[in-house]
Amino acid sequence: MKEISLHILDIAQNSISANSRNIEIHIIEVDKDNLLEVTIMDDGKGIAPELLHKISDPFITTRITRRVGLGISMYKAGIELCNGSFCITSEVGKGTCVIAKYPLLHIDRPPLGNISETILTLVVCNPDINFKYYHKVNKNYFLFDTKEIKKK
Amino acid sequence: MKSLKELEEIRLKTLESLNLRKDRKGNRIVVGMATCGIAAGARPVLLGFMTEIKKRNIQDTIVSQTGCIGVCRLEPMVEVYKPGEEKVTYVKVTPEMVGRIVAEHVVNNQPVVEYTIGYSEKRNK
Repeated sequence: MKEISLHILDIAQNSISANSRNIEIHIIEVDKDNLLEVTIMDDGKGIAPELLHKISDPFITTRITRRVGLGISMYKAGIELCNGSFCITSEVGKGTCVIAKYPLLHIDRPPLGNISETILTLVVCNPDINFKYYHKVNKNYFLFDTKEIKKK
Repeated sequence: MKSLKELEEIRLKTLESLNLRKDRKGNRIVVGMATCGIAAGARPVLLGFMTEIKKRNIQDTIVSQTGCIGVCRLEPMVEVYKPGEEKVTYVKVTPEMVGRIVAEHVVNNQPVVEYTIGYSEKRNK
C-alpha cells in the first residue's frame, strides 16, 4: 500500500471485526530519534497465543471465504523493508495492540499519507465505536476523541 | 482545528442522513473495504460517495462498508441496493466514476452499465 494511513485503515478494520468498543490510534514522530511510531490498539476479543505466534503468516487468517489474510503480512513486510520493527501483542478477552516503528528518514519508508481520510472513514462508518486519534509531532500534539463529541 | 460548536453544527446537518442506518427502506451504497479494496483505492471512493450524496442532498441513502466481496482483482467494488430492485455491482470504481453512478443510478434509477461487473466480465473474456 502506498501510504501508512491505508495500513492503519486496514488494521483498524481487524479491530472492528474483533468487536471492539474502543479503538485508539497513536502516531508519534520524533525527529531527533529518527522515529515514526504507529500504534493501533483495541479492546476487542483478542487473539489466542497459538494464533498470535503465526499471525504474520499470510496463510493464517480468520476469514472463511479464503485461506489468505494479507493485512498484517503486508503491513509487517512494508515495515521491515525500510528497517522498521513490528510488534503485536494480544490478550483474549482484553484486546490487541499493534505497534510499528519506522525510521523517519529511511528512503523506503512509505509516507504517512492522508491520515484524516482514514480517521474520517473509520469514524463515519462505525458510529457505535469510540475512536481516539492522538498524533504527536516532536513537542506538539493533536487529539481527536469521539467520546468528547458524543458527550454533546 | 474545529471547535466543539462547529462540530455540533456539522453533526446536526448530517444527522438526517446518518439516521438512515436504522432505516431499511432507503438506498444502500456498500463499498468493499477489506485489504484488497483499501490497497486498490477504496478509501477515496467511499469518501467520494459520501461527499456526492451530501452535495446533492440526497435523502434515504446510506453509504457503508463491507469486507472482501470475493473478486479481489476487480476492487474497488461498490454494490448499490435500491429497494425492490436487484443489487448492482460496480467494479474497478474510481473517484471519477462516483458522480455518474450517483447521478444516473442513485438519482435517476439508470444503472451505469459499462461500470458493472457483467459488462466488465464480458469485455474481458
